[in-house]
Amino acid sequence: MTQRTPVLEVKHITKRFPGVVANDDVNLALYEGEILALLGENGAGKSTLMNIIYGLYKPTEGEIYVKGKKVEMHSPRDAIALGIGMVHQHFQLVPVMTVAENIMLGAESVKRGLLDVKKVAREIQELSHRYHLDVDPYAMVEDLPVGVQQRVEIIKALYREAEILILDEPTAVLTPQEIEGLFAIMKRLQEQGKSIIFISHKLKEVLYISDRIVVLRDGRVVGETTPAEATQERLAAMMVGREVILTVDKKPARPGKVVLQVEHLKAHSDLGEPALRGVSFQVREGEILGVAGVQGNGQTELVEVITGLRRAEGGKVFINGEDMTNARPRIITQKGQSSHVPEDRHAYGMVASYPVADNLVLNTYNLPPFAKGISINRPAILEHAERLIDRFDVRTPSPLTPAGSLSGGNQQKMVVAREFSRPIKLLIAAQPTRGIDVGSIEFIHKQIVAKRDEGVAVLLVSAELDEIMALSDRIAVMYKGEILDIVPREEATRESIGLLMMGVKRDERVDEIAF
Amino acid sequence: MSSATKFKRTSMIGLGMAIALLLISMIVNSLPLPNNSIWKVLFGVSTLNFTLRATIPLALGAMAGILCERTGIINIGIEGMMLAGAFAGFVVKVQTNDWPLMASLLAGVFAAVAAGALMGYIHALFSIKFKMDQIISGTFLILLALGLTSYLFNPDWVAEGKFSPIAIPGLSKIPVVGDVFFNNPPITYTALILVVLLHIGLFHTKWGLRSRAAGEHPRAADTLGVDVNFYRYLNTTLGGMVAGLAGGFLVLEAVGQFQEGMTAGRGFISLAAMIFGNWMPFGALGAATLFGYTQGVQNALLLAGVVNIPRHFISMLPYVVTIIAVAGLVGRVRPPAAEGKVYETEGSSE
Repeated sequence: MTQRTPVLEVKHITKRFPGVVANDDVNLALYEGEILALLGENGAGKSTLMNIIYGLYKPTEGEIYVKGKKVEMHSPRDAIALGIGMVHQHFQLVPVMTVAENIMLGAESVKRGLLDVKKVAREIQELSHRYHLDVDPYAMVEDLPVGVQQRVEIIKALYREAEILILDEPTAVLTPQEIEGLFAIMKRLQEQGKSIIFISHKLKEVLYISDRIVVLRDGRVVGETTPAEATQERLAAMMVGREVILTVDKKPARPGKVVLQVEHLKAHSDLGEPALRGVSFQVREGEILGVAGVQGNGQTELVEVITGLRRAEGGKVFINGEDMTNARPRIITQKGQSSHVPEDRHAYGMVASYPVADNLVLNTYNLPPFAKGISINRPAILEHAERLIDRFDVRTPSPLTPAGSLSGGNQQKMVVAREFSRPIKLLIAAQPTRGIDVGSIEFIHKQIVAKRDEGVAVLLVSAELDEIMALSDRIAVMYKGEILDIVPREEATRESIGLLMMGVKRDERVDEIAF
Repeated sequence: MSSATKFKRTSMIGLGMAIALLLISMIVNSLPLPNNSIWKVLFGVSTLNFTLRATIPLALGAMAGILCERTGIINIGIEGMMLAGAFAGFVVKVQTNDWPLMASLLAGVFAAVAAGALMGYIHALFSIKFKMDQIISGTFLILLALGLTSYLFNPDWVAEGKFSPIAIPGLSKIPVVGDVFFNNPPITYTALILVVLLHIGLFHTKWGLRSRAAGEHPRAADTLGVDVNFYRYLNTTLGGMVAGLAGGFLVLEAVGQFQEGMTAGRGFISLAAMIFGNWMPFGALGAATLFGYTQGVQNALLLAGVVNIPRHFISMLPYVVTIIAVAGLVGRVRPPAAEGKVYETEGSSE
C-alpha cells in the first residue's frame, strides 16, 4: 500500500507564529481513495496544518507534494487549482446569498457578461444527485439548517473538481443523525475515488469512519495507527500524552429539595425573535439536569435569563423558593447563592487583561475579606489566588499573569475555580468544557460531579452529547425554544436524545422509524 | 419571510413612492387649476423638475456609498469627496473658459471624477493598508476637503456656462414624464443610467458577486481565492469617482459656479438615502427622490409664497425628513455584515 505515490504529501512542515510553534516537523501522506483521520486536541496544530495545505498559511519550513510533484502555494486559489477542497470548521458561506451564488463565488459561470445562475444550478443539481447531497440551489443560505449548510460546503469543493477533501471538525456542529448522514456521504465520496482528510477530536467517530489515523500533539505527529489496531483508550493516551480516564465515575444521585424552579419562561433573542417559548423545569439539590440540544435552540437565552443577563418576557424563576425573575446578576449570585460558568468565557467569564488573581474575585471583590471599607485588600486577594491556583491546578506562571495569556483549558479552570470555591446551592454551567483539552475536561467533569455530591443543584448546558450523557442525572432536550422532553439518564440513549434534538417527540417516533 | 424578499420589499417601497409622485403629478397637471393653488405647488411640473435636480446629487452620493459599503468599507466621507469633485471641476472649468463650451465642461467633469477617485483611493489606503478607523478616515476627508477648497478658492474666478438640457426626441413630448425625465442635461441622464448599471453590476455580474462577498463575509471570499482587498480598493475608488461626479453636477450642471461648502450636507443626506434604501441601488434612488422632493417642495413653497410660515422652517424640511426617515428605520435595514472591519489574512500580513 505504501508503495503507491500519495496524492498528497507534506514533508517536514514547521509553522511558527510569534511565540508559538504550531507545527513542528510534520510529515503526512494521503493515499488515493482513503479516509485519513487526523486526531488531536484543540491547539494540537491540526487546523494550522490544514490551512497550510489549503494555501491560507505559508509554512515556515517544509514542502508539499501533490501527486508526487512539489508545489508552492500562495493562496487558496493555488490549492483549488491542484484539486484540493476544504470544508472549514466555521462554514465559509455568505448568509445573505443563495446556495448557487455561494458555490460559484470565485469560479463564476458567465454568459454575455452576466452571471449564468441557471447553468450553475443545473451543475449543482447534478452533483447533489451523484453524491446524494440534497440542496436547493436557489435557497438563501441563512435559512438553511447547519447540516444542509455543510452539504453546500462539500458541493462547493466538488464544484471545483476537488480530488482531495479536507473536512475540518465537520461533526462538531451536527446532531448524531446528521453525523450519520455525513458519514454516508463520506463513504460515497470515497467510493467515487476522492481522498479525504477527516479532522476530529472525537475518538468514536475516528474509529468508525477512517482507514488510517494520524495523531497530532503539540504540533508534532506522535503516532499512526489503524482503527483495527487502536482502541479509544490508546488513542486518548496518544492525544494527551498520558493515561486518561474517559468515563466519569459517579454514584447514584440523591436529589433533595427543589433549588431552581423555572415556570413558563419566555424571552427574546438578540434579534428580537422569540427564543424561549414557555420553558418549565426544576433542578433539585444533589442532581445534575443536563440540557441537550443543537446550538441556537434557546439554551443560551435560558442561561442568560436565569442568571439575570437577559430580561424574561414572561414566566418566573425561583431560586431556593425566592422569586428571582429579572433580578440583577449580583442579587442572583449573592443572595441566590448561585454560580455561573458562562458559555463564552472571553465575553462573560473573565477579563483577559486583568491578572489571574483579580479574575478570581470578580464577583466577590466587594465582600470581606477582599474589601476593607472602600479599599481593596490586595494581600487577601493574592493569598486567595494562590490557594485556588493550587487547588484547581491552574497552570499559570504567577497569580499576576494576565488571564488572557493562559491556554484555553487553564482559563476555564480559573473560571471554574472562582465559581466553585464559593459556598453555593446552585451551579449553572454552560458549555463548561468547550474548546479545551481532554485533561482539563476530565478535571472539570470531576469537579462538577463533586459539587453535586455536596448537594449542589447543577444545571448543565452542553452541545456535546457525550458530556450530557456522561454527567447528567436527568436530560432535558431543547428544540426551538421549548423543552421537548425531560428523560431520566437511565432511559436515554444517544439515538433517542438525538431524535429529540431534531424536534421529533417520543409519540411521533413510530412513524419516523417506519420511514 | 426570508431576507431576500425583505430586501426586495424595502427596495420597492422607495421606487413605488417615486412612481406614485409622478402619477399624482400627471393627474394634477391635467386638471384646470390656477398656478398658485397648493396642488400645483406640491405636484406641479416645476416642483418635479426641482425634485429631480435635488435628487441627482443625492442619488449619486448614495451610489458612491453603496459601492464602498457593499465591499465592507464604511464611507462617511462622501460629503468631502463631493466637495473635492465640485472644486476640481470648477477650477478646470475656469482654466479652460476659452475652450469650446462642451470641451471645457467635459474637462471639468473629468477633473471632478479624478478628484473623487483620488479621495476614494486615499480612503481605501487609510482603511485597508493603514487599518485606520474608517469613520475617522471619512471625517478626515470631509475636513480636508472643506479646509483645502475654502483656502484655495478665489472668489474672483468665474466659470462661463454650464451644461444645458438635451431633449430626447419623441420621448420629451410625453406630458409631465417628458418634461421631467427627457429634457435634462447630460449628468442627470448619466446618473439615472448609473443606478440601473449598478443594480445589474451588483446582482448579476462576477464583479458584483465578489464585491458583495467581500462586504458580507470576506473570509469566505478569501478561501475561494477572491482577493478581498483588491475589490475593496477598486470599489472605494469607484465610489469616490461617483461622489466626485456628484460634485461636478453641482458646479457644472446645477449652479454653474463654486461656493464654499456648497455641498451643504448633501453627502450626509446621501448616506441617509443609502441606509433608507437598504444598500440597494433602486431603494437608495427612491429614498433620494423622497429627500429630493422635500427640497423641491421647499423651493416651490418659498417661490410661490402660498403658505404663511417663516421661510427658515420651510428650509429645514429636507433635513427634518431625513432625520425622521432614518430614525424610523433603525433595526429594520441590514448593512453589509463585514462593514468597517479590516480584513487581514495571515498570508497578507507577511
